[in-house]
Amino acid sequence: MHDRSWTHLDDLESEAIHILREAAACFERPVLMYSIGKDSTVLLHLALKAFWPAKPPFPLLHIDTKWKFREMISFRDETARKFGLDLRVHTNPEGLRQGISPITHGSRVHTDVMKTQALRQALEAGRYDAAIGGARRDEERSRAKERIFSFRDRSHRWDPKQQRPELWNIPNTRVHEGESMRVFPLSNWTELDVWLYVLQHRLPVVPLYLAQPRPVVERDGLLIMRDDDRLALRPGEHVQERMVRFRTLGCYPLSGAVESRADTIEKVVEEMLRARTSERQGRLIDHDQSGSMEEKKREGYF
Amino acid sequence: MSSMLNEGETLGAFLDRYRSLELLRFLTCGSVDDGKSTLIGRLLYDTDRVYDDHRKALEEDSKIHGTQGGNVDLALLVDGLKAEREQGITIDVAWRYFATLHRSFIIADCPGHEQYTRNMATGASHCQLAITLIDARHGMTRQTRRHAFIAALLGLPQMVAAVNKMDLVGWDEARFRSVEREFLAWCARLGTPEPTVIPISALHGDCIVHPSTHAPWYRGPTILQLLESVPVMRPAADAPLRLPVQQVLRPSPDFRGFAGRIESGSVTVGDRVQVLPSGRETRIARIACAEADGGDRKSVAAPGSVLVTFTDEVDCSRGDVITCVGGSQQPIPCHSIEADLVWMDETPLMAGASFLMRIGTRTVPATVVRIRHVVDVDTLAQHARDSIEWNEVGRVDIVTQQTIVVEPYRQMRALGALILIDRVTHATAAAGMVRSGDPHEPNPRRAHWATQPAPTIEPPADRSATESVARAARWRQRPAAILLFGPPKSGKTRRAFALERHLWQQGHAALVLDGQALRGGLSRDLTFSDEDRSENLRRAAEVTRLLLDQGMVVILSMVAPQTAARELARDLIGADRFLAIDCAQRGTDDAALFRDVESFIRPDQTPGAG
Repeated sequence: MHDRSWTHLDDLESEAIHILREAAACFERPVLMYSIGKDSTVLLHLALKAFWPAKPPFPLLHIDTKWKFREMISFRDETARKFGLDLRVHTNPEGLRQGISPITHGSRVHTDVMKTQALRQALEAGRYDAAIGGARRDEERSRAKERIFSFRDRSHRWDPKQQRPELWNIPNTRVHEGESMRVFPLSNWTELDVWLYVLQHRLPVVPLYLAQPRPVVERDGLLIMRDDDRLALRPGEHVQERMVRFRTLGCYPLSGAVESRADTIEKVVEEMLRARTSERQGRLIDHDQSGSMEEKKREGYF
Repeated sequence: MSSMLNEGETLGAFLDRYRSLELLRFLTCGSVDDGKSTLIGRLLYDTDRVYDDHRKALEEDSKIHGTQGGNVDLALLVDGLKAEREQGITIDVAWRYFATLHRSFIIADCPGHEQYTRNMATGASHCQLAITLIDARHGMTRQTRRHAFIAALLGLPQMVAAVNKMDLVGWDEARFRSVEREFLAWCARLGTPEPTVIPISALHGDCIVHPSTHAPWYRGPTILQLLESVPVMRPAADAPLRLPVQQVLRPSPDFRGFAGRIESGSVTVGDRVQVLPSGRETRIARIACAEADGGDRKSVAAPGSVLVTFTDEVDCSRGDVITCVGGSQQPIPCHSIEADLVWMDETPLMAGASFLMRIGTRTVPATVVRIRHVVDVDTLAQHARDSIEWNEVGRVDIVTQQTIVVEPYRQMRALGALILIDRVTHATAAAGMVRSGDPHEPNPRRAHWATQPAPTIEPPADRSATESVARAARWRQRPAAILLFGPPKSGKTRRAFALERHLWQQGHAALVLDGQALRGGLSRDLTFSDEDRSENLRRAAEVTRLLLDQGMVVILSMVAPQTAARELARDLIGADRFLAIDCAQRGTDDAALFRDVESFIRPDQTPGAG
């Protein structure tokens, strides 16, 4: 009787569209945090769908640390152009002046200055009262307690002990001037759901997700791609060409590649289904210390 | 971690299978140390759903924070926050995702200690099944009863009790059966469908994924067998249409679409629909969708998110509900509802408090005008009370300033579930479930203080007007009204009844008129606006006047905050028969109060001397 059979992905899609529409209806100045990766790709697709034939009623915001893969930046600009979207890019000018780099300052300082601080600057400058992001609860342990509509105080801080109870699908979207909400439409999606959705809708993704020969160095147990010559080689290191792809994308010196022959989305999904390690395993940022994601989130990291 | 693919399965075959995989949302609850986190950890571990790097982190964490003497502590897989790992407790609801070859699962892990009611209600509002853990050594506790009560209150159709730590009672069948009987009896009192009770050891993995070798007497399913086999609840396609409107999309002058999620039933192009609360009818013209997404749809069922257009220019905006026309079950546009509340704010709820109420996609100012009762969740007894405290459940009447569209929660969750938001802190103060809506328009009200004195009714010839004098003489009192006024919690009601008891013991005839009690009947149509408070006092004063004519002493216990209204009451009753006492100013010495009142009602007292 209905157009086609209803699947688990349809359920998640409908839920995410409902959340996006609530965010647009209940806030004065929402913004979509666009980080170029697969989750952002799905999120953007859902936003286009939720408000079609209108354009999404919010701009896209990208926090550029200046250490993203070059392919990510060109994919970002191409996507904004293709859909005619209002893309706003912010880099922490302070950090830029100080020359903060993940290589010389380490992932903690780099993430704090170029991501967390930069995000706060951009949110304050835009006076955004809702920041919509693509984070999922299955990504990391401290995210498992995150609300879909997650309250932030005037300093953008998350207090895990003072979260609002979230009942049925009735969000409490009330905030005072200066306070804000983080909104996570993909909360209930798993990594597999995201890839299956990309596959089903044939969504273009950054080619870095697909395996191809890339120049990498082995460092601290990870395979780091040398995206430009800012990555100076340490004694004993040498660049090798290897067939690799990325499960998550961030700043290139902090993103570990995995060896893979999956050069199509189908093969990536198949590899996922056989995967034995988590997607964040290749991310240096989560491994600084136990509980580190939780601490970054408290400070306002997305 | 093992593969999600069956042996030799291709991607195409997997995708076909995946399409038919159902999603079950369930929650786990129990007291601290009942082993809830261990149970979930065990489910993930024994179904081989733990990534290798997580397993490695778990082994390291177990050495530092573990409670299993350096052995792998499965609870640490799920205790996410640092504070939780350090304190060895779970603070907030945590969401877990896992899939087996047969089904996908979302788990709401609801911790049992502080804020247990709030956590439990949150989890239950998203789930269809609850697993309650019970420690076999302790049997059912207060907490177990409370968890089952909340699950029943939120209408969870499936209940499971997992009797854990069976290894610590030597897998004693008699022990298990006794806990089982107790739980079944409690659920029967709550009126839930018959629950399943399973003996387990989360620590050792008995009856979680694999059957136990220790309980040959148990023939029921393991936890996983149960989770993979219970029917997944889906909205029925032939249920009545409910589409709460989230947004109106107007990208161009010739397109006006209404966006929302179908919460019940389905929409089909050409369907006759109505927009509530206005009741205007029209038809569905389009279910609009971009060409790139497959173009317009003919029909979509719940829980699909849609964008519909109408054939006519009908007024419709956020907060309205699009429903089917006709049918036996219709939502009620109203201003007044009766609802059960789960109170989640540390500040207790007092009658008269105002909130923002969200129901469907509508947010309206609302006032809790009456607290009918608070439920004692240990005995299910309903107690009349004037406040609902943190974590308590009670029944209330709510009046809204604008029209809302409601249905009983048991019939239609989408229009029966609500939240109350504190107007100042913006905290979510309560979760509510509508029991009924009152469709009658409340009358615009004024306080009806008479400008002319009420006419005196001539008593019938066989009843002497002096009887009231005779009565007063017998009771050795002068008829009088004692108004005890002051804000909530200033001790009015306690004093009123203490005074009544004292006068009774002295041989007087006195009774209490309580403002809160009046609101339950005579003044049930009133809100807590200034005008309505004044009107409530007027009604009390009119009743008092009738009683004074019968020679009684009437003790009024009322908030009565307005000086002007109190003066009107004094004029109506007569200044010589009216004694007003401000409870907020008055000391706690009851004896002094009793003396003052006794002196005021003494028959030899000359009128006006009080």
